[in-house]
Amino acid sequence: MNDSNKHPDQATEAAGLKSRPQAPRLAVFKFASCDGCQLQILSCEDELLTIADQVQIVHFLEASSHFEEGPYDVALVEGSITTAADRDRIRQVRQQSRFLIAIGACATSGGIQALKNWGDHHEFSRCVYAEPAYIRTLSTSTAISEHVTVDFELRGCPINRLQLVEVIQALLRGQSPRTPRHSVCIDCKRRGTVCVAVAQDKVCLGPVTQSGCGAICPSFDRGCYGCFGPAGQPNCESLTEHWIGCGRSPVSLVPLMRNFNADAPAFREEGDRIDPDYDQGHVL
Amino acid sequence: MGWGEAEAMAMSRQETLANAASLWLERSTLDELIRLLRGEGFTVVGPRLDQGAIVYGEIERASDLPRGWTDDQKPGKYRLENSGGEAYFEYNVGPHSWKQFFFPPRLAVERAKREENGGWTFSRPEPSDERYALLGVRACELAAIAVQDRVMMNGPYVDREYAARRESALIIAVNCTVAAETCFCTSMGSGPRCQADFDLALTETEEGFVLEVGTEAGWEIAARLEHCEASPDQLASADRLRHRAEDQISKEMSNDGIRDLLLNNLNHPHWDKVAARCLSCTNCTMVCPTCFCSTVNDVSELAGDEVERVRQWDSCFNLEFGYTAGGTVRNSIRNRYRQWLTHKLASWHDQFDTSGCVGCGRCITWCPVGIDLTEEVEAIRQQPAKRREVPLPQPRPDACVVPGEAAADQSNRPRSVGQTIDDRQRGASDSAEAQQDASIADGGTDRE
Repeated sequence: MNDSNKHPDQATEAAGLKSRPQAPRLAVFKFASCDGCQLQILSCEDELLTIADQVQIVHFLEASSHFEEGPYDVALVEGSITTAADRDRIRQVRQQSRFLIAIGACATSGGIQALKNWGDHHEFSRCVYAEPAYIRTLSTSTAISEHVTVDFELRGCPINRLQLVEVIQALLRGQSPRTPRHSVCIDCKRRGTVCVAVAQDKVCLGPVTQSGCGAICPSFDRGCYGCFGPAGQPNCESLTEHWIGCGRSPVSLVPLMRNFNADAPAFREEGDRIDPDYDQGHVL
Repeated sequence: MGWGEAEAMAMSRQETLANAASLWLERSTLDELIRLLRGEGFTVVGPRLDQGAIVYGEIERASDLPRGWTDDQKPGKYRLENSGGEAYFEYNVGPHSWKQFFFPPRLAVERAKREENGGWTFSRPEPSDERYALLGVRACELAAIAVQDRVMMNGPYVDREYAARRESALIIAVNCTVAAETCFCTSMGSGPRCQADFDLALTETEEGFVLEVGTEAGWEIAARLEHCEASPDQLASADRLRHRAEDQISKEMSNDGIRDLLLNNLNHPHWDKVAARCLSCTNCTMVCPTCFCSTVNDVSELAGDEVERVRQWDSCFNLEFGYTAGGTVRNSIRNRYRQWLTHKLASWHDQFDTSGCVGCGRCITWCPVGIDLTEEVEAIRQQPAKRREVPLPQPRPDACVVPGEAAADQSNRPRSVGQTIDDRQRGASDSAEAQQDASIADGGTDRE
């Protein structure tokens, strides 16, 4: 979470969320996204029943066509802002919600669709749609925090459901959620996974990526894709310069940085640094 | 074989044992040794091929061992290779260390359960009763285990899980016959020859094994194996191969005045250079066989009626590790790398009366960008900023004592119920940090 997103007053106030006479009202909103993070909420299964005991889920279109108007105690927001209409809608959600939690790579960094930020969206529209005239879109895909104050950002593509339970639990109790900012490497080591970068010469973003997935990809002999975004104080430049020193071309490394969290500042700056003239269009 | 028969055979072998300094085992006897240990209730753990490396895992038979395999190691690089021979142990230490068996990566240390009347019941899980037989422990690893023994169980605060696992373990050492480019045990005085702290020690030759017995427990195992006295030729062959390993070690790190050198140079410009390369990813601390830091979190299910207090491996390279009231005290990669290196090579001496480094070279190989601590130390040694003796930190009432004083101290000092090994480690690293902070006071704060 960015320091600027901390709201001590609200955190203190949250101590009351669980003790209030009525269960807190929780809403789930979707913006530009694949719905995968909302599915993670449904994947909670056993925990979902306990969550439903402790909060009223009053707006969750992925799960139910019944929905209630605000205000809401907690809003979980999936997706990025890619249209003017969504830019207005997120402001309304913010106004109606005491706590706004951005969930997933789209909501926290703009998602994979933020690749358009390097290209010409009119050209993309012409390539993809038969009648591009009907498409009204912003030229960028941006994180929720670019538009409204976000109280907590839960990373991941998709989010880890156990971390989501941790966030909801922390809100109910008025605690700070515990979502470590350390690298994926520590998770590999705790589970005994041998480093795929050192032993198999695979490019792996694990050393600069925030923990959260439990280090799944390296355990299947694949390098980390950076799904949980940059770790705390990531040193991306050292990592990419090491790869370049080992014979990889800068142009081959840009797509690694521009992935599910392409527009997360640390990854964006590093991709731009490696090859400022990289043509995002040529991969399409 | 019945028990009586086995005992009779053991009796006849006793004579050889009593007379011989070293015994000879045929290569095929290794399988017998593993079966024997398993029969005795040990979980045999040792080297095996997995994930493109030689790691430590359970061994059920000799064929589980990485026979005919070796490795090529460089800073930031590890590759498995065919050794071209028949040896079981012709490899160098890999990504795993034995600490995972004594100091598990994740461990529940306490549990709490809410009762129907609203009260809480607390319980503490019993230490594991698993008895490990460690097969293939190298000299640097024996040294690392000795360092962790000091930290975890020979001081005033005993980690009972570590102690239970460690005290019931049997150690079968193996002398190195090859060395990696990253090895520097000779500089740290920890190898390559296994000198002590083992139950049994093997040296593998082209034909079989020369076996040394280190303890009574080792003697009891050896007596039940098919063996004979090692011949002068066999001993010479083992000696030659041990020397081959020593000759292959090319890396050096001078320990001459290293504590004062590092503590005198806390503001050396080289820290910025290494910080520009360091990823702060924790790999060096995770693979280090002596690093012992952990974090303790209370984890509950959603209803909050059951809570587990979980200890996990942690690292001084993590931002959260240095988080205290008021912020993160080591808020830059420079501070964190310096903390790690000065603790490992300098203030570790004050704290535990030994270096924290055994020269195994893991932190060099497994650093994703190949940072070599011996080169970092040398860079500072070439251009030291200051030369003076750094005084020892003043002992605090609750500071840990150096081994040797521990026993006396323990006998007349009640152990505080709430104090755990983690309190001790936190206290210890605080004192090292305080010492650094005092030294850098004139250089301004490093907080960002």
